[in-house]
Amino acid sequence: MSIQDFPIISVIVFLPAAVGLLLMLVPKDRDKLAYNIALAAGLVTFLLSIVVYVSFDQPLAISVNERLASGELLPASEIYQFYDEFDWLPALGISFKVGVDGMSTPLVLLTGLVMFTGVIISQRIEERKREFFVFLFILASGVFGVFVSLDMFALFFFYEIAVFPMYLLIAIWGWKQTREYAAMKLTLYLVIGSVVALVGALAMFFAAGGTTFDMVTLERANFPRDFQILWFPFVFIGFAILGGIFPFHNWSPDGHVAAPTAVSMFHAGVLMKLGAFAALRIGIMLLPEGAKFHLPWMILLTLVNVVYGAYIAMVQTDFKYVIGFSSVSHMGLVVMGFATLNHDGMVGAGVQMVSHGVMTALFFAVVGMIYDQVHTRQLDELGGMVKYVPHVTLAFIVGGLVSMGMPGFSGFIAEFPIFMGVWGEKPFWNGPVFPEWLNFLNGDNNWIAIVAAVSIVITAAYIIRLIRKVFFGEFPKQFEGHMHDVNPSEKLALGLLVLVLVGIGIFPSVIVPMVETGVERVLILLGGM
Amino acid sequence: MEILAILPEISLVVFAAILIIIDLRLPKGRKELLAYITFAGLALIFVLAILFSRPADGGDPAIWFGMLRHDLLGFTFRLVFLAGAALTSLLAVEWDSISKRGEFYILLVFSTLGMNLMASAGNLVMLFLAIETASIPLYAMAGSMKEDDKSTEAGFKYLLFGAMTSAVMLYGFSLMYGFSGTANIYALAEAFTSVPSTPLFASLVLVLVGFGFKISMFPLQFWAPDVYEGAPTPVTGFLSTASKAAGFAVLARVLLAVFPLADWQIILAVLSAVTMTLGNLVALWQKNIKRMLAYSSIAHAGYILMALAAGTEFGVNSMLYYIITYLLTNLAAFGFVIVYYHQAGSDEIESYAGMSRRNAWLAFGMLFTFLSLGGIPPLGGFFAKVLVFSAAIDAGLVWLAVIGVLNAVIGLYYYLNVLKVVYLKRQPGDEIPMRINPVHGIVLVVCVIGVVLMGTLMAPWFRLTAEAARSIF
Repeated sequence: MSIQDFPIISVIVFLPAAVGLLLMLVPKDRDKLAYNIALAAGLVTFLLSIVVYVSFDQPLAISVNERLASGELLPASEIYQFYDEFDWLPALGISFKVGVDGMSTPLVLLTGLVMFTGVIISQRIEERKREFFVFLFILASGVFGVFVSLDMFALFFFYEIAVFPMYLLIAIWGWKQTREYAAMKLTLYLVIGSVVALVGALAMFFAAGGTTFDMVTLERANFPRDFQILWFPFVFIGFAILGGIFPFHNWSPDGHVAAPTAVSMFHAGVLMKLGAFAALRIGIMLLPEGAKFHLPWMILLTLVNVVYGAYIAMVQTDFKYVIGFSSVSHMGLVVMGFATLNHDGMVGAGVQMVSHGVMTALFFAVVGMIYDQVHTRQLDELGGMVKYVPHVTLAFIVGGLVSMGMPGFSGFIAEFPIFMGVWGEKPFWNGPVFPEWLNFLNGDNNWIAIVAAVSIVITAAYIIRLIRKVFFGEFPKQFEGHMHDVNPSEKLALGLLVLVLVGIGIFPSVIVPMVETGVERVLILLGGM
Repeated sequence: MEILAILPEISLVVFAAILIIIDLRLPKGRKELLAYITFAGLALIFVLAILFSRPADGGDPAIWFGMLRHDLLGFTFRLVFLAGAALTSLLAVEWDSISKRGEFYILLVFSTLGMNLMASAGNLVMLFLAIETASIPLYAMAGSMKEDDKSTEAGFKYLLFGAMTSAVMLYGFSLMYGFSGTANIYALAEAFTSVPSTPLFASLVLVLVGFGFKISMFPLQFWAPDVYEGAPTPVTGFLSTASKAAGFAVLARVLLAVFPLADWQIILAVLSAVTMTLGNLVALWQKNIKRMLAYSSIAHAGYILMALAAGTEFGVNSMLYYIITYLLTNLAAFGFVIVYYHQAGSDEIESYAGMSRRNAWLAFGMLFTFLSLGGIPPLGGFFAKVLVFSAAIDAGLVWLAVIGVLNAVIGLYYYLNVLKVVYLKRQPGDEIPMRINPVHGIVLVVCVIGVVLMGTLMAPWFRLTAEAARSIF
């Protein structure tokens, strides 16, 4: 029995929720015990996700892609690795099918990493620790489920499971000033997105004959072009709301800021990727003609994300809001990469999902470490932290460099291909779309890449400003005695995150070829563009 | 065997008679036993029904001279009513004004009998009798807290509305009989082919008034909030689940058997959209949890109507799945209201502040229940909603499905608001652990587990509802 036969993916999906329910049995006042159980479960899940990542068979994935490209109709069990299934509701063609490909494997690892580090960071939670982990773990199960689901119904099932615990996590443990408002706003935005996408998905199900929710089968359903053009915006935008696409990004900074640290990490680090990922899986892969028709104008929305998000981040006075808006900007790059529909752009987007996930988890962890001790996030009131938390400062600077897209760090590996994908002679749209006096915009896409690249400059500006204001300069007197260095386990968490960021930056080959196999398959579905 | 087919109904009559005797013989101090006896009796009848009254494949559904239909749809609904009544009898434990009075349980049993007959009636006369048998005990049950003004008002209001709509419906029945010369529901369609469309349409509208009242469909939903609020909460639970399900049973049977789809599809679709939107929007402003659940149940009637409006076998299947899920979920929801009322003495949503600190498991169960009402997985409400939306899309009613999903989001908002109070708000004394009557605890556990199973292991339930739907097509 090889590792591929063990239902490791199913275990990863269900373990967190099972542990979550188990935690309910822990007596109310045994917080330490609850934390230890949570930590152990987080560690096991993280290790399992590493196993999946390491034993992903790239040569096999490449050969599968070659066979697919030659027109072979392989079943899902051969396309995806670690495949596992059981019949759920055969009468409607619903089955629980899971498996990973080059696109989802890194995301599973990302989720495992953020979950583990998130548990460590949550050790400072004082109120109702046990229930916090219960909801956090249900959330984690939902997230894993979405990344590995190969059945459209199962994907929606887990998607909604991933959304609703957010409400309680933010509303109960969040920042007192805005938590109720932010939690409700976030939940309603995301649920509206998902139900709108659900209508589109059901329309696909019936258009394909109403016999199966299997996504590989639906990919081959050859929906009529009109149908695809009609439904693509429902599905894509519906999911992309969770990816923070402009003009539906508004929930995200509020949500990030109000959430407790571990939830912000999860949220910006993993959950937003869920939106982009589902938009790819159900939007682009099932409705490729619709994607080709609509994405050229949607790319302009993402351009707004990228630049506008960065600008807004620059004028924020609250430490956490800066990070929140930077997520809007960086997630814009992810969706932009997918929207190019070409190899470079999508590979970049795939890597950016991981890079941004780790980076933003790191940022939020650092914000939490400082806020928990000095109880303010106003940039004007902070300063000189390096004296007390030198390692945290270093980690934050690494995150900052990633954020700016500095070579040698993962941000560069991710963002550079995205700009390459956007840059090109052939415009995305057929024929002129801009009025005559803007004719120079019609000729090619280069201006999009140039404008998007401006965001890097803005990013550098706000990151450097953050570093200067928070970590250097004079340490405010009123915080004397309040600030202490973080404990070793927290350093370990930061260290793990930094390791990934630097690792990808120096050895891009640990991730890029894997993501390429995933992208290759999307390109085959798009008709070998 | 025609006798076996109505074994549950015969047993109900016999059991009601036995209950009267037991009630007279029980000493005053032991009256609380009545609830358990009622539960045991109904549970036994439930088992008997499963063992002996399941219709055989291929048998002629018309029994007792066509008065009743012995098909799987009726069978499934009868089980739903029996289960609802049995759980209700346990929820009534400890409720002072009803739990120690034999009349309450006898009325409950008779009402269940009426519902059973409603679900399987094959003749207009039988149908009318069944509806009245089911309704009259409910009027009395709703007004059974004699000392309480609101309860009296509820009973009286329910009676007046019910009597009026029954009269209108009866007029519709008489039109149908007058134009066709037959009262057999399954012979009507054929006789109607030669009837001009205006009287046909008139009778359709009149009949819809009667059925619409039972299911609290717009524009006949006015009674629901007042009655739900005023009635003793266990009765409210029963009203909002079993009674409503009975309304849907007859609505589905009569519409599909008698009237051509083209006549009523668009009417039902529009009414569904208005019903759910109205229910959800008004529910947003409610401060009392029973009123909120009343409006929420109006909204759910809208979702169920959506499935019926599809007019397909899949639609009826979805409707049935939704009704079963809804029965379990809403009984649980009212169960939590009952449990908390015994503790806090109030039904105001504000009074739920700090509940999660008093009993984490109770709050967790309430979380599951309300999220199921809101349509969140892994709970039954999610899959049921997916089914009804699918049915609408399948039938080409995409606009209705879109209205439906947006409504689901509105619904989620007010359900989350309750959970917010439960989990987030504080009030003095919220550290004191809560006592729960173990009987209520068991009912809640059963309902919540049922809700989870309906949302995770769908296959067995779905097989049942699919076969039931097939039996009337």
